[in-house]
Amino acid sequence: MSAKAILEADGKAILNYHLTRAPVIKPTPLPVSATHNPAPKLASLNFPDDQDVNAVLDQAETTYPWLLARDAKFVAKPDQLIKRRGKAGLLCLNKSWAECRTWIEGRAKKVQRVETVDGILRNFLVEPFVPHPSDTEYYININSVREGDWILFTHEGGVDVGDVDEKAEKLLVPVDLSQYPSNDEIAATLLKKVPKGIHNVLVDFISRLYAVFVDCQFTYLEINPLVVIPNADATSAEVHFLDLAAKLDQTAEFECGVKWAIARSATALGLAVVKPRDGKVTIDAGPPIEFPAPFGRELSKEEAYIAEMDAKTGASLKLTILNPKGRVWTLVAGGGASVVYADAIASAGFAGELANYGEYSGAPSETQTFHYARTVLDLMFRSPNHPEGKVLFIGGGIANFTNVASTFKGVIRALREVAPLLIEHKVQIWVRRAGPNYQEGLKNIQAVGKELELDMHVYGPEMHVSGIVPLALTGKQSDIKEFSG
Amino acid sequence: MPSAVPETNGTPNGTTLGTSTDGGLSANDNIRRFAAPSRPLSPRAEHTLFHNKTRCFVYGLQPRAVQGMLDFDFICKRKTPSVAGIIYTFGGQFVSKMYWGTSETLLPVYQSVEKAMAKHSDVDTVVNFASSRSVYQSTMELMEYPQIKSIAIIAEGVPERRAREILHVAKKKGITIIGPATVGGIKPGCYKIGNTGGMMDNIVASKLYRPGSVAYVSKSGGMSNELNNIIANTTDGVYEGVAIGGDRYPGTTFIDHMLRYQADPECKVLLLLGEVGGVEEYRVIDAVKSGQITKPIVAWAIGTVASMLKTEVQFGHAGSFANSQLETAAAKNKSMKEAGFFVPDTFEEMPQMLAQVYQKLLKDGTIKPKPEPAVPKIPIDYSWAQELGLIRKPAAFISTISDDRGQELLYAGMPISDVFKENIGIGGVMSLLWFRRRLPDYASRFLEMVLMLTADHGPAVSGAMNTIITTRAGKDLISALVSGLLTIGSRFGGALDGAAEEFTRAYDKGLSPRDFVDTMRKENKLIPGIGHRVKSRNNPDLRVELVKEFVHKNFPNTKLLDYAIAVETVTTSKKDNLILNVDGCIAVSFVDLLRNCGAFSPEEAEDYLKMGVLNGLFVLGRSIGLIAHFLDQKRLRTGLYRHPWDDITYLLPNLASGPPGTEGRVEVSM
Repeated sequence: MSAKAILEADGKAILNYHLTRAPVIKPTPLPVSATHNPAPKLASLNFPDDQDVNAVLDQAETTYPWLLARDAKFVAKPDQLIKRRGKAGLLCLNKSWAECRTWIEGRAKKVQRVETVDGILRNFLVEPFVPHPSDTEYYININSVREGDWILFTHEGGVDVGDVDEKAEKLLVPVDLSQYPSNDEIAATLLKKVPKGIHNVLVDFISRLYAVFVDCQFTYLEINPLVVIPNADATSAEVHFLDLAAKLDQTAEFECGVKWAIARSATALGLAVVKPRDGKVTIDAGPPIEFPAPFGRELSKEEAYIAEMDAKTGASLKLTILNPKGRVWTLVAGGGASVVYADAIASAGFAGELANYGEYSGAPSETQTFHYARTVLDLMFRSPNHPEGKVLFIGGGIANFTNVASTFKGVIRALREVAPLLIEHKVQIWVRRAGPNYQEGLKNIQAVGKELELDMHVYGPEMHVSGIVPLALTGKQSDIKEFSG
Repeated sequence: MPSAVPETNGTPNGTTLGTSTDGGLSANDNIRRFAAPSRPLSPRAEHTLFHNKTRCFVYGLQPRAVQGMLDFDFICKRKTPSVAGIIYTFGGQFVSKMYWGTSETLLPVYQSVEKAMAKHSDVDTVVNFASSRSVYQSTMELMEYPQIKSIAIIAEGVPERRAREILHVAKKKGITIIGPATVGGIKPGCYKIGNTGGMMDNIVASKLYRPGSVAYVSKSGGMSNELNNIIANTTDGVYEGVAIGGDRYPGTTFIDHMLRYQADPECKVLLLLGEVGGVEEYRVIDAVKSGQITKPIVAWAIGTVASMLKTEVQFGHAGSFANSQLETAAAKNKSMKEAGFFVPDTFEEMPQMLAQVYQKLLKDGTIKPKPEPAVPKIPIDYSWAQELGLIRKPAAFISTISDDRGQELLYAGMPISDVFKENIGIGGVMSLLWFRRRLPDYASRFLEMVLMLTADHGPAVSGAMNTIITTRAGKDLISALVSGLLTIGSRFGGALDGAAEEFTRAYDKGLSPRDFVDTMRKENKLIPGIGHRVKSRNNPDLRVELVKEFVHKNFPNTKLLDYAIAVETVTTSKKDNLILNVDGCIAVSFVDLLRNCGAFSPEEAEDYLKMGVLNGLFVLGRSIGLIAHFLDQKRLRTGLYRHPWDDITYLLPNLASGPPGTEGRVEVSM
């Protein structure tokens, strides 16, 4: 639960819907618009594994009939949290639908390298192309810091915006919104290099944008280029956000979920309202917001399974696979301790071999711990046998209130089920844990290690939290004795 | 994790074990009461957030955390508990009973913040356990009271904007916020926030009952316990420790507490456990560079692995995510080292480094070793001792039929999901709960058949009548149902039990059906289960035919039913309507079932009959009908029933009519 990036299509839908609806903090120089924005033209195309690329594209032509308009020009691009798409050649600009279609066909469901990361392209966004003079391209960025929200603005937006930290005009809006800057202050700080004529239009837009940022609890919002084409008498303007990246505060779901959903409902997007086939009742007027995994880090089946289990309980269960072929696997309790373990493994020189990051905490039940451990173990056995064997850390700090014996019961059950495989894969198991009833827990796991003849070392609170890592990986010696009943 | 939902286990106001049983000592005698301080305490130095007279409120019903705080206070030899009261807005309860050592004390529970504040002017800090949804509103309310100087926010998942608004207001008012998303903090010998420090055995192991010389600030609450352990093992112990919480915008950050530690003469070594994400470590670096902080700082930022991974990973804490090179753990460690902090090469080497710093200060006399006080004894909680297997006691109750403690409800060992998967029906559930076994399918269906046949018998019978009259008197469903059920006994509905008993006895004695009928007549007894008002041999009761057909078709053995049918042949030869009625038929069939379905031993079968299981069948079945009569009367909106005078014969004695014995009392002699 934290600030999480959202799809460009979702960000645009939320802005489009709420720009005229979110309450502005102070009155803007322009009269309140009598009408709301028309539905945005956002064709968001998803290509799951079990669907044919052409079938998805055919369906898109029905769902978004404007794609077939005569002589229309479009922009197509992958919508998967990829930065600097223009430079990576992942923009298809000013092309007819037929051309865009071919362009997408050639890339959908294919592996693409972006800088150093490989990932499969499976989500695209197609929008109408907006022709505009280059002097109407701006750059705006709002991001949250402890003291307030920084608004960064420059009149020279576009692909080659350069170092915005250096050249953008900056304005800090304090947390206390009663201190919100006046229209004049906004113009004087941010619009120094913009012709006076369109100040009102821009101040109005910035104020509205900021209102949405607050009302929908964004933590980051960047539009580049932002195209503002004022009308003749500069009382309003056509605003286009051509490219957008945004993060929402996931923890604010209980306050903003309804706003995020309604902006992305079929009605708000101007789509034909289709009754969901499964007849399920959704909690809001639109679909729940999605937080996609970073590019190249598609959730595996196992990660999705753990995420689902995590969502259903008060306990915390996290799993990220870093290198499925890695030799070093972790099964660590606690949000802090798990990072400490990853650090120790990396500093021992095994960053490349570190297979997973994960943690379980908040007193998960025996069954939950069992399923969590089984998932990690299964993944470990899927990676090929290594001549030097593998290392499994069953670690954790000194628990505050989790009953160690009972969570260890789940781990032990999982170990029992896979004992022959543990031996076959030559897995060294290193255990360190403390907290309520740890004596019982360590005694039990030690007994099982002996019984099943596993290569196991067990330590209690006398050992440093991650002290077993150098022992296991670099052959360091220690005076601290293994746990003994 | 932290929430305002009351915890059910460990609630101290349930049974208080061992207090009422020891000869004559009433529970009340063992309760310690604490008077409010007679005069206001003299103000403490600016840097002292907590001391050994700190009094707090706990917001939210968290009996386990409160008990942990009181236990800590007790072993620190505090005179008064640190918790002055509990604020629980959903509450209706006015005191909460807690242990104070081995005796008990009562903590007031307030429904409103205002009342609590008015009552306890000595309280200046709050441990806020409100959920992430409600913590904003409650913290804002708490900050309106000028007596509050610090608030710990435990909840995880507070929206970042709300967290910033809280910290902004707090800063303006000079209130110290610890959290959100933290376990809290601890000041050994003085005060402990909520669950900090873990269980009592760990608090003793890490010597947190008396102050040492090392003060720490950590981001992670879980790792703070690890720090307690490291500090206790390598130095003279913890002086104070605060976990500021893993969120992006903690209410106070490292620098706030570091400056306090610097100002506090008792604190000699500072320890900082930072983390990837955020820039707050740099403010400590600036303070060191500017000479604001002069005490030695041992420091480490965790999350160095992040820079070595190919992709971005969101670690356990919401704030542990580097948005720039500056925010990486590696950059922080490097900068801290350059600023003269004691930064080890890896976190594993931190204990040695801390030990070195400590030994040096010991040598140069900055730290003077203090005498070690006796290790306090800790009372162990009954429930925990039981979980550890240290104690036992005889259970007051035994149950052998169902269990709700596990992942799934069990009926006689069968998980509820299997009950539905195998579609065992209500008859199957009855066989599980009544007899603790699976009966053959036909037996379950027979039980269901009995329920269906006995469900109702019209409004005129006594049970239904009672229910109707009670309903019409405006009573609720349960009263109406029970008033109907109370008529069930040897006369109404009891024919089942009686029939089973008489027929079985006769059959087991080996009486021929004719002998049985003759014996009963000689004893002037009616045969229960024989006879019907209108039905006769030529006009058979269809319900009886249904039962007979089912039993003959499915039961492995129908000896008693056959016997009863033979008895019927004898009785109907005397009078046409002396047929085996539905009660009799069900009763004898049920005996056949118990005896011959193979699931019961003969002794068990007799036992169940003696327990009155047949009456149970009737009660269960007829409840369906009685509820129906209740609903029917309600639906019809019928009014209070009053029986007409003309339907009652009034025969009263006339006391004035003559000498005693001739008053004209109506007597019925038996």
